[in-house]
Amino acid sequence: MTETMATATPEPQASAARKRGWLGSRHVVGWLEALPLTIVLLTFLVLPIVTIVIVSFWRATEFSIIPAFSTENYEFLFGSSVAWRVFGATFRYAFISWLFCLTIGFTVAYYLAFHIRSQTTQIALFLLCTIPFWTSNIIRMISWIPFLGRNGIANQTLIDLGLIDQPLEWLLYSDFSVILAFVHLYTLFMVVPIFNTMMRIDKSLIEAARDNGASGFQTLVHVIIPLTKPGIMIGTIFVVTLVMGDFITVRFMSGSQRANVGRLISNDIGLLQYPSAAATAVVLLCTVLITIAILLRFVDIRKEL
Amino acid sequence: MAKARTGYSRRALLKTGGAALAATAFPAPMIWAQDIKDITLRQFGTGVSNLNDVAQKVKEDLGFTLEMTALDSDSVTQRAATQPDSFDIADIEYWICKKVWPTGNLQAMDVSKIKNYDKIVGIFKSGKLTPESEIAQGTAPHSVGFIPEPGATGFADEETNWMTLIPTIYNADTLGIRPDLIGRPIESWAELLNPEFKGKASILDISSIGIMDMAMVCEAMGEVQYGDKGNMTKEEIDKTIAIFTEAKRNGQFRAFWKTFDESVNLMASGEVVIQSMWSPAITAVKSRGIDCVYQPLKEGYRSWGGGIGLSKSLSGMELDAAYEYINWYLSGWVGGYLMRQGYYSAVPETSKEYMSENEWGYWFEGKPATDVITSPTGDKLAAAGEVRDGGDFYSRMGAVACWNAVMDENQYMVRKWNEFIAA
Repeated sequence: MTETMATATPEPQASAARKRGWLGSRHVVGWLEALPLTIVLLTFLVLPIVTIVIVSFWRATEFSIIPAFSTENYEFLFGSSVAWRVFGATFRYAFISWLFCLTIGFTVAYYLAFHIRSQTTQIALFLLCTIPFWTSNIIRMISWIPFLGRNGIANQTLIDLGLIDQPLEWLLYSDFSVILAFVHLYTLFMVVPIFNTMMRIDKSLIEAARDNGASGFQTLVHVIIPLTKPGIMIGTIFVVTLVMGDFITVRFMSGSQRANVGRLISNDIGLLQYPSAAATAVVLLCTVLITIAILLRFVDIRKEL
Repeated sequence: MAKARTGYSRRALLKTGGAALAATAFPAPMIWAQDIKDITLRQFGTGVSNLNDVAQKVKEDLGFTLEMTALDSDSVTQRAATQPDSFDIADIEYWICKKVWPTGNLQAMDVSKIKNYDKIVGIFKSGKLTPESEIAQGTAPHSVGFIPEPGATGFADEETNWMTLIPTIYNADTLGIRPDLIGRPIESWAELLNPEFKGKASILDISSIGIMDMAMVCEAMGEVQYGDKGNMTKEEIDKTIAIFTEAKRNGQFRAFWKTFDESVNLMASGEVVIQSMWSPAITAVKSRGIDCVYQPLKEGYRSWGGGIGLSKSLSGMELDAAYEYINWYLSGWVGGYLMRQGYYSAVPETSKEYMSENEWGYWFEGKPATDVITSPTGDKLAAAGEVRDGGDFYSRMGAVACWNAVMDENQYMVRKWNEFIAA
């Protein structure tokens, strides 16, 4: 995201400089105008990443880091069956969470955009969606724990209703609770961009579809979904990167019984294995970038925006 | 005059006067009360002894400010090893000391400046609780407690004049259980992996401590024989982790915990009925009115000890203040406070003066309580007639099978541990 914006911004600035040619060479002005952003990006984006890449080739003992050029960290990572499994789990979490976020997010956005006629109600309902986001992520996540626990409200209610005899163990500290938390935390990131693109769909297109005899479902599939694609894609990028980079949700909601790549990294950091953590981070970064590159093949976000 | 300039109260002035008098009487280095007020010492450590009550009492008794930061064991190690300027006093465990000392971030303490040194329990000096005691496996505190000379990065084999950490707090750890949910006696560490408790067991996710609990379990099961549990070979580590990985995949564990509060919640909510636990966590569960026992086991305890270390960058007046703090620490008030939570003080004698006879009898001597036992914060911990789990000081600290440790193969162990957590 950041990079897309970074390359997009200097262009209008450059064209502005062209008009004000009397200031001197337009190249100089262009560069000067791009300079602050370049410095910010170099310092806070490029430099840290370069550092991480460099450190990933270092070696570490329990209490010190030794500058060296060693591929040991990568060898250990790629040679460990656990690491492969953890990467697999990370993709699985990302995919399942994405699926649920998309389904729920799209439905909510569709309802808001096409079923609510009054703009005031629309805005009010939209704000309603964002209310949970006024509290911290961690609190929203942790509040599931007493609810889902062995003697929690969910199990008690089900037992009282006579639906089950024994408490359901898989409600908490399982893949279920992890994905539940992810969907709960990140669905809004799907709702917002989809709602945004839906609001910009020309209503006359939908009328035209109906005039031409399309059913509601046909309009949805052939008109609305294609036109909402950029929103879906932005939401997808949000959800996928957030889930793939997460570690705290997995730790709390699985009671440390499950792992994703973020957990590997945080464990390494906790144990002072910075080079190993850096190597894992580099591999994760590459994986996420490749995933996003693939996603962007489907939709040209910059054109659509 | 002084009052007009700096706004000293009459009391402070009297104190200063007293200090000045004392300074002339004893030509030892003496800190001036007006200066000490401006001193702030930054202490960080694990939650167990980083108590705000201590900081308040320091302000009252010694006059300077103590800033406390509580972190988990891994973060403490990390900070002590990598950010020496971020603290003045490190409140760390002995095994952490073994890791951190070689970085040179801490300075040794002059034993001759420690007033109660002679009264410190033998465990921290010769390594023996009583002259007949055997030294347990692992990183026993005395083995990393001294260095041959100031500046040395290696440890001394016997008592010297230079101490790495001043011992402050220690205890013998075992498994915590919910007797009401288990309903039968538990006698061995091996019960942690008993399929009876499938999905209801937990272990702590702090590698250096967790591996020791694992070793106690594997040894009790008869699955692995260790040369030294505190210093395992790669093969022993592999075997131990393999047994636990299999148990994890079979769903033996409900969760792993990393912080004190997590362990309390797991136990109190009934998610877990048997787990590695710390003494005050048991106390915290009990104070909610839930039955919880710190179960003594036939294989013995896994023990740990903590102490205060001084940052290398401490010097001058701050260093003097730090020595004052240490002497104050050992003089009894903190010891009493900690012992009333179920820990032990390094100088039990001085703590006794700050505890009632009933408290001393219950916590230290293992006698039945003659009256209600309350925690320092006022929660009821035991009723009259109850006896401490595990008995008196000597039967608890005398049955230590192993000390928390850092092993030579630590790097390898850490990687295997990480795999276990991710498995």
